Amino acid sequence: MSLVEPAAEDLKRQRTLVTPEGIALRLEIASVGQRLSALIIDLMIIAGVLILLLLATGFAFAAAGQNSREAVLIVLFLGLFLLRNGYFLAGEMSARAATLGKRAMGLRVASRDGGRLRFEAIFTRNVLRELELFLPLTLMLMALVTGGTVDGWIYLLGLVWCGVFVFLPLFNADKLRAGDLVAGTWVLRAPRQKLLRDMADDGADAQPHFAFTPAQLDAYGVKELQVLEQVLRDANRATVRAVADRIVAKIRFDRGAATDLEFLRAYYHAVRGRLESRLLMGKRRKDKFDLG
Amino acid sequence: MSELQLKSQRFRREREVDWKRLEALVTKAEKRSAGALSDTEILAMPVLYRSTLSALSVARATSLDQGLIGYLESLSARAYFFVYGARSTPQEQLNAFFSRDWPGGVRTMWRETLIAFAVTFLGAVVAWWLIGSDSDWFYAFLDPGLAGGRDPTASVESLRETLYHDEGSDGLSFFATQLFTHNAGVALLAFALGFALGVPSIVLLMMNGAMLGAMLHVFISKGLGFEFVGWLLIHGVTELFAIVLAGAAGMRIGWAVAFPGDRSRLEAISETGRAAGAAMMGVVIMLLLAGLLEGFGRQLIVNDWVRYGIAASTAVIWGLYFYAPRPARAGR
Repeated sequence: MSLVEPAAEDLKRQRTLVTPEGIALRLEIASVGQRLSALIIDLMIIAGVLILLLLATGFAFAAAGQNSREAVLIVLFLGLFLLRNGYFLAGEMSARAATLGKRAMGLRVASRDGGRLRFEAIFTRNVLRELELFLPLTLMLMALVTGGTVDGWIYLLGLVWCGVFVFLPLFNADKLRAGDLVAGTWVLRAPRQKLLRDMADDGADAQPHFAFTPAQLDAYGVKELQVLEQVLRDANRATVRAVADRIVAKIRFDRGAATDLEFLRAYYHAVRGRLESRLLMGKRRKDKFDLG
Repeated sequence: MSELQLKSQRFRREREVDWKRLEALVTKAEKRSAGALSDTEILAMPVLYRSTLSALSVARATSLDQGLIGYLESLSARAYFFVYGARSTPQEQLNAFFSRDWPGGVRTMWRETLIAFAVTFLGAVVAWWLIGSDSDWFYAFLDPGLAGGRDPTASVESLRETLYHDEGSDGLSFFATQLFTHNAGVALLAFALGFALGVPSIVLLMMNGAMLGAMLHVFISKGLGFEFVGWLLIHGVTELFAIVLAGAAGMRIGWAVAFPGDRSRLEAISETGRAAGAAMMGVVIMLLLAGLLEGFGRQLIVNDWVRYGIAASTAVIWGLYFYAPRPARAGR
């Protein structure tokens, strides 16, 4: 994960939510790929539970006497019904608002208006799954089982018709599937992020040994600073060396016996101090070409 | 050394404790549920959330530490969903659902409900008329396996037998379960299909009506009309009503997709979806009750008048529950 400049593709999926406190939060719409992966994980979990359920009820049925067989069948049928309709509901109703698959992908369901996610909405978006997922699956299974006795054209029409709903998320900016449309929800990517170290902490010790002139500090803007932050964070030896050499050459600085890392840390600290003090005055220098 | 520190570093050091505390609270709430938090923690949450949010806006304006801003963004969003997206207790949700959302959802689609009734009726009439002209039409509406020998060739005695057949209490609860899961599946599908402009929902309702008409024709032509209707309606009032409501909810969604009116299409769809979704949850409950009535009530109660009595009272109960005027509650 890079902290620097998101790619154009990521920017397209960014939305802002203005909280009641008046602060804009940036949200990221989950990509179709992420959602597909989450769905596949969920389906694998369902399939696993299904196999366990069938095995368990199968053994129970064989072991049970004539009288309790009925109870076993009831458990099986209710279990199947719950598995199909309840799995997604239960996951999305929890505090994380995500099924296990979505959790694994760092996704969550949220109400599009920023309000609370109501139970009806979760119910509705998952009922529509019948149309988008289970119906096409059934159609395909039917074709396999009947082995082509279903009229080819009717079958094709059915597939095309289902395809409209299956591929809906690909054709709108918010990646909404039919269930999201009807329920007024969307799926966001909200991974947990750890508080990373402040890269200026290292530089504070090193800086006194370096004396940068204002001109040397003005060589770069915010964008380059953030690239430098990432370089320091990754601390890849080869990259650090290359970047240090580039900067030394550009600002014509004599770094003496200092190592690459020491030099970069000190320079990062100094540049950040300078850019931040200008930021405080309302001047944000975008990048090195921004001379305003 | 301290004067060498940047303002943004000092800012971070000062406030970090609060952020970490909020993060711990949010993580705890997400792992289990809001109930896992103690009272003091619940009270602290909004305060910490607001201070983190203000820290985020300060950081955006004064700090160039990407790690910090990214962290605050993600933490604020997580806390936001918790503070503003927090659901009420299950108890309150259930109350709201039964007292307001479900009947309210059903009431908003009264027009579609009438249409769905009409479509079902139309299906029944068409099937009746077609079978009247040629009894072979029966097999077009009903799968012989499903009809279970209740077809035009059956004798009066065997038909009467099917109406009062008592399988004993064995197998009844399984039968009820199976009926419920099957019907609920069909109803949910009828609703989901509504998204395709409502047409498939109408077709499903029509087919349902046709099946009804076909069966009615078989029994009435054999002079068993009164008995059959009692047999059907003991659970049928609830079940048919539920299926009609499911079709109506589907139509309503389809209508919003096709004709959003003044609102944007997205708004129209999600607004309708909210009411229709509540109604659909109710439909599943109705089908559960219908399955119980069908599995137990019908098999155990064989007196026609008792059957009619139960049918009539379910009709009155549902009618009052959904459509009876009720006092407006303040603040809602």
